[in-house]
Amino acid sequence: MALVLNEEQQLLQGTAREFLGANAPVAALRELRDSRDPLGYAPALWQQMAELGWASIILPEQYGGLDFGFLGLGVVLEETGRTLTASPLLASAVVGASALLLGGSEEQKETLLPAIAAGELTTALALEETHHHRPTRIATRAERDADEFIVNGRKTFVLDGHSADKLVVVTRSGDASPASSGLTLLLVDRDAPGVTVQRTIMADSRNAANITFEQVRVGADAVIGAIDDGWSILEPVLDRGRVAIAAEMMGLALETFERTVAYLKQREQFGVLIGSFQALQHRAAQMQAELELCRSVLLQTLTAVDDTPEQLPMLASLAKVKLNELAKLVTNEAVQMHGGIGVTDELDIGLFLKRARVAMQVFGDTGFHKDRYATLCGY
Amino acid sequence: MQDPEEFRSEVRQWLQDNCPESQRQPITAEEQFWGGRRGEFPSEDARLWFERMRDKGWIAPEWPAQYGGGGLSAEQGKIIKDEMKRINARTPVYSIGIWMLGPAILEYGNEEQKQQHIRAIINAETRWAQGYSEPGAGSDLASLQCKAEDQGDHFLVNGSKIWTTNADKCDWIFCLVRTNPDVKKQEGISFLLIDMDSPGVSTTPIALISGESEFCQTFFDNVKVPKENLVGELNKGWSVAKALLVHERKLMAEIGSDSPRKIVAPNEAAHKYLEFENGKIVDAQLRSDLVDYNMQMHAIALTHFRTFEEKARGVHSAAALVMKYLGTEAEKTKSELLLAIMGSQGLGWEGDSFTAEELDTTRLWAMSKAMTIAGGSSEIQLNVIAKSVLELPKS
Repeated sequence: MALVLNEEQQLLQGTAREFLGANAPVAALRELRDSRDPLGYAPALWQQMAELGWASIILPEQYGGLDFGFLGLGVVLEETGRTLTASPLLASAVVGASALLLGGSEEQKETLLPAIAAGELTTALALEETHHHRPTRIATRAERDADEFIVNGRKTFVLDGHSADKLVVVTRSGDASPASSGLTLLLVDRDAPGVTVQRTIMADSRNAANITFEQVRVGADAVIGAIDDGWSILEPVLDRGRVAIAAEMMGLALETFERTVAYLKQREQFGVLIGSFQALQHRAAQMQAELELCRSVLLQTLTAVDDTPEQLPMLASLAKVKLNELAKLVTNEAVQMHGGIGVTDELDIGLFLKRARVAMQVFGDTGFHKDRYATLCGY
Repeated sequence: MQDPEEFRSEVRQWLQDNCPESQRQPITAEEQFWGGRRGEFPSEDARLWFERMRDKGWIAPEWPAQYGGGGLSAEQGKIIKDEMKRINARTPVYSIGIWMLGPAILEYGNEEQKQQHIRAIINAETRWAQGYSEPGAGSDLASLQCKAEDQGDHFLVNGSKIWTTNADKCDWIFCLVRTNPDVKKQEGISFLLIDMDSPGVSTTPIALISGESEFCQTFFDNVKVPKENLVGELNKGWSVAKALLVHERKLMAEIGSDSPRKIVAPNEAAHKYLEFENGKIVDAQLRSDLVDYNMQMHAIALTHFRTFEEKARGVHSAAALVMKYLGTEAEKTKSELLLAIMGSQGLGWEGDSFTAEELDTTRLWAMSKAMTIAGGSSEIQLNVIAKSVLELPKS
């Protein structure tokens, strides 16, 4: 059990905070948004992040990774949550890389993982087909044609889908009984013939896309894992994605909370600091209590990825629910406690609010994960 | 110092040899031994178990050996606790003296007080009550009015204390009393030990909504208390009280894990009382409430572990400070949830139409309301977090 960061992880936290503060503050996201940047992130920054080793934290050394563990990754993600940094870290270096790491052939791993680790290649997971996270409700077909597959279907809310070099596409190749069977993960080039990408402009000014596949042909070497058994890889990959986005949400909630508490100590009304009002103090204290719970849950879940993966499904759902609720509470309270200025675009609080809402939908909303946790509990 | 693992195996062996089988079963309220002049052992095995632990020095393993403690380190104390828990060994004596007063006397008391009280507490010869709250001083504890006037060789105490748990069965009471009415309220309070057999002390039980009456009100009518019963300096009782409150809150946060009652787990109750379809609870609201509760408890348990780990590594965080608030609120939620799951069977008050467990559920639900009031209400806890963690300005 590691519910306290060790010295190396603390060091990484310090480095990440310093680097992001200097190179990717919240203002950088504003700039990307206001300039309608076609890519939605800064490739030069991503290159620097990769050079710091962030794209390779969870990868084994044999594939050019640091093998520093998920807890280390969580530390960095939390810091990117504080600064709302747009980068392929989550979609490519966590989710895409995990799919290859857990399900890829030796050849796929050897050719792709080092490139991902170096920040030279980016990937994205093309999963969702409806406006809610329903990872087994897949209609995108993968038809066998001799040694090849022909893919037809439409994906939505593909994080970084407009910029990724390669897509990990969740397809239905066999019978859906139960729903989680008959799924196959296929690696498809984003610029392959028949792939149409439409970037979606989201409230959080971050990057996602709708993607259609029309008669897209891929070879047998595109299969990640076993044909029809994609679920055995997809589920742990999603759980890793869930804890990763939870770590980012921890950072954004903490940053929002700290900014709000600071404001309570500076804003005066009725001749006194508004932080002296008990109506606000109690709400702030309740948020502190929730933050403490989330901190413990997050640390345990990050540790479980590497140490006790059998506990991961339950913990990942717990983490996603707790962080969803925290991020919602803290961002809403932040706006309310800031008062009028809280609803202006000038203040960063609104950016945190919007990112929280998108992050809450990523890899399962609160209802999805409560249902999953209850099911795992046997009721 | 001895190697911890070696110590652990010795402890394990000793417990194996000395803890009677009957003392490794879940304990009921009637089977608890509380000591004191009027205390009786509920069974011969309970007496044997207590005496063996007492003679071994493990009733208070971390207290100094010269006063009857074990003279062991905190780490060794934890090993004993862990090993007792491992075999479900019962707490040999339930004692406010051990949990709360003893540490305060050891820290603030003089040599005579340590000689007089510590060994008597360990030997369960004295049973203690706590005299803090008053009818007019609840959350605003420092406004207490029960006064002790300096009469030269003794104090003259007049006033009353409320929520004095089991005071009708206790021998001594430690009280916060007003010794100076003319200064800032916290600065005129002293910490006094009072023998409950003194003339002028009387106690009445208070009937609660749970039907229980373990809480009392204790009255002091011209009670003479020797000067040497003052703990710490005159008018410095508030610091002693604050140190003691920390122990109380820790206890409150941990309560439930060692509860004497047979508490039904909500998950088991759900399977027993609710309709299922395809492995799921049909009632969507109850299923949702149950999962909320389970998740909250899961997160609280992990936070408990985190506070242990932080303590062991000397890391400072706010986690420990929020636990009383979270733990007691969760206990209340649990009681409401159990009632809802059991429906009308969870509302029985007495009689054969209900199982003992069902009747307990109703009573515990009523009792649970006190948890977020006693030991500093939830509102007071939030004040403390706002002040000491968030450093928000004074209201």
